[in-house]
Amino acid sequence: MRLETDPYLARYAARVTGMSASEIRALFAVASRPEIVSFAGGMPDTSALDLEAVEQVVAAVIRDSGAVALQYGGGQGRPELREQLVQVMRLQGVPAHPDELVVTVGGQQALELIASCFVDPGDVVLAEGPTYVGAIGALTSLQADVRHVPMDEAGMRVDLLEEQLQALEAEGRRAKYLYLIPNHQNPAGVSLSLERRRRVAELAERHDLLVVEDDPYGLLGFDGEVLPSLRSMIPERVIYVGTMSKLFAPGVRTGWIAAPAPVRDKLILLREAADLCPSNLTQMIVERWLQTQPWVEQIKRFRQLYAEKAGVMLDTMAAELPAEVHWTRPQGAFYVWLTVPAGIDTSDLLAKAIAHRVAYVPGRGFFADSSGGDHARLCFSFPSTDRIREGVVRLGELLNAELELVRAVYGEHAPQLRTRRGGRATGIGG
Amino acid sequence: MPHTVAVLSGGLSLEREVSLRSGGRVAAALADRGHQVTRLDVDATLIPSLETGGFDLAFLALHGSAGEDGTIQSLLELIALPYTGPDELASALAWNKPIAQGLYRRAGLRVPANVTLTQQAFREMGAVAVLDRVAAALGSRVVVKPATGGSCLGLSIVHDPSALPQAIVGAFSYADSVLLEAFVTGTEVAVTVLDGQPLPPVEIQPLDGAYDFTARYTAGATEFHAPARLAPEVRLACEQLACDAYQAIGARHVSRADLIVDDDGRPWLLELDTCPGLTETSLVPIAAQAAGLEFADLCERLVSLAVAGEDRR
Repeated sequence: MRLETDPYLARYAARVTGMSASEIRALFAVASRPEIVSFAGGMPDTSALDLEAVEQVVAAVIRDSGAVALQYGGGQGRPELREQLVQVMRLQGVPAHPDELVVTVGGQQALELIASCFVDPGDVVLAEGPTYVGAIGALTSLQADVRHVPMDEAGMRVDLLEEQLQALEAEGRRAKYLYLIPNHQNPAGVSLSLERRRRVAELAERHDLLVVEDDPYGLLGFDGEVLPSLRSMIPERVIYVGTMSKLFAPGVRTGWIAAPAPVRDKLILLREAADLCPSNLTQMIVERWLQTQPWVEQIKRFRQLYAEKAGVMLDTMAAELPAEVHWTRPQGAFYVWLTVPAGIDTSDLLAKAIAHRVAYVPGRGFFADSSGGDHARLCFSFPSTDRIREGVVRLGELLNAELELVRAVYGEHAPQLRTRRGGRATGIGG
Repeated sequence: MPHTVAVLSGGLSLEREVSLRSGGRVAAALADRGHQVTRLDVDATLIPSLETGGFDLAFLALHGSAGEDGTIQSLLELIALPYTGPDELASALAWNKPIAQGLYRRAGLRVPANVTLTQQAFREMGAVAVLDRVAAALGSRVVVKPATGGSCLGLSIVHDPSALPQAIVGAFSYADSVLLEAFVTGTEVAVTVLDGQPLPPVEIQPLDGAYDFTARYTAGATEFHAPARLAPEVRLACEQLACDAYQAIGARHVSRADLIVDDDGRPWLLELDTCPGLTETSLVPIAAQAAGLEFADLCERLVSLAVAGEDRR
C-alpha cells in the first residue's frame, strides 16, 4: 500500500512545489527562547516607543472615528495617510505626491506586489548579493531568476552591475528590474555611496533599467546623514518602497509604494485581488501618530538607541572575535555582516551556536543561489546592550573554538586564513 | 478510561519544532478521545508543574537531547510519574549512537562498519593523521553523523575522502563526537516495535533521492509504502532485527528501527529511535496506520502501556 502524506500534491501550482521544510527554519524555533541571545530577527526595539502616547492615539481613533476605522477602505490606502507619508519621505528628501502612493501591509507586501506586477517565471531580476531574505522569498515564489551583483564597503559593485547588464544584452535578455536597498542595507550593513548612486542612475538611463528602491532604513543613519535617493535622481525609472515598521512599529503593518502612475494603477488592481484594502484601523493609527505625536523626535530617539547599540556591538566584537573574522561597520540601522574564514560553514555552525546560547542568521539565506556559507548576519537592534555584550562574548568563544577545530580537523590542508589586521577588505558578497 | 495526561514537547533541543508538531498532534488526538490533556513545554517550571498538576502520566513527545537522552526519564522516575516510552537507561544507551551500535554488534546484530572520532581526538591527539585510513576501513562512501541527535541534523554522505574534514566539522556542530559509518546501498525501511511486537515495515522512497531533513518534514516529499515491498523472508528478517534491537537496548512501549535492506536482501541496523517522531509525516504513525491503528489508537495504546507499567510496580 502506498501512503500519501500529502494527498494534495498533484494539485499544487508549480511555484509552490519547491517550498519545503528547512533545518534552519527549525533551528530558529529554538533561537527565540529567552535563554538565547538572538542576533537573528531584524526587529526594531519597540520598547523605545512612548506606549502611553500610542494608547492615546489608538483610543482617539476609536473614539473619534470608530465606525470608519472598522469599515472597509479603498485599495490605494487612505488619502489622509498618504499625505502624511509624503511628509515622512520629504524629511528624507525623497520627492513624492500623495497620488503616487499605494499603502501596503508592510514593506513585504510592497515587494510581493511589485514582483507579481513584473515577474513571469524565469525572468531575470538583479539584486545585491547578499540581499533581503524577504525579497528573495517574494521573487522565488514567482519563479524569478534572481542574479546577484556582489557588494563591497561602498555598496553594490556598480562596475559588476554594468557587466551583468551587458552580459544579459549579449544573451538577448534584459532584467525586469534591479532590486536595491541603498541605505544601511539588510543584511550587509553598508550604504551605496553617492558616486555609485549617480552611476546606477546613469546605467539605468543607458540600459533602460527599472529600479526598485527599497528604503526601510534611510532615516536611521546614526549621525542623521541622508544620501540622495535614486527616486530623486531618476523618478520615472524608480519604484520606491517605504515602511513605518522601523520608524514607528512593525505591528501596524504599514508600508507604501511610490510608483509612476501606470504602475501604480496596476499595483492597486493587484492589491485589490490580494487583500482588497489595507486595514483602516491601522492606517488611522499611523495617520494620527504622524499628525499628533512628535514622530521626528521619536525617529531621533531610535537613531540614538541604535547608534549606542551598534557601538557596543562593534567594540565588543573587536575585543572578542578572532582576528581571522571580518565584518562591516554600519553607519545606521540594524545589521553587521560577518565573514568567517574558509572551513567554517555558518549554516552548520548555527546548531553549535544555539547550544552555546547565541543565534544569528546564516549567510545562505541572503542569496538566491544559497551561496554565502561563510557569512552571517548579526542584528543588534533588539537585544539590550548588556545582552549584546553577553551574546558577542559567546560568539567569540564559539568562533575561537571552531577555528581551532577547523585547524585540527583539516591539518596541513587547513584553508589559508587572513587576519583583519593585515590586508585590505575585499568584497562582502558570496 | 479517561486519564489526565501531560503532553511534553518543545524544550531547548534542536528538534524543538518537530517536537512541538508531534506534541500538538498527540494532544489533539488524546483530547478527541476524552482525555484531560495539558501541554507543557520544557523549561524551569516543568517539574513543579508536573508535581502539582495531578497528572496520571506524562506523554513524551520530546526529540533531541534532554527528552531522548534519559534526562527527563530520570526526573520522572524520581517524582514517580509514569511516562511513555523506554526508561532512563535504554534512552541513554540508544541516544549515544557509538555505544548503541557497539551493543547491537555485541548482540550479533548486523550493523555497518564504523569509526567514532571525538573533537578531543582531533584537538589533542592529532587524529587528522588517521583520516586517510577511514576510506580504507569504511570504503569510499562514508556516512558522517553526529554521535547524538536525530532528524538527520548534521548528517552528510561523503563520496570523496577530501570532503571528510568539512563533513566532520559540520557534524561536530551537533555533538562532541562523530560516527563515521560505511555507506550501505539499498532500500530504506523503518520498523516500529510496539510493546515488543513489530508493526508492518515502512519503505521510504524520497522523491529527491536522499531522506534528509527536508524529505522528512515536507509532506509529499517522500513516498512511503506500508507494508514495505519486500519478499516475505526479508520482511521477517527486518521485523526480527527491529525486535532484537529493542531487546538489546532494553526498550519498552515503542521504538523505531531504521534499517537498510541491501541488494542481497540483508537488513542492516542503522539506529534505534526511542522517542520517535509523531508528526503527520513521521514513520511510526504510518506504520500504525498500516496495522489498522488510527493515530489516536496508537496514542491511547502508549498511554495505557505507561499506566499499566505503573500498576505493575
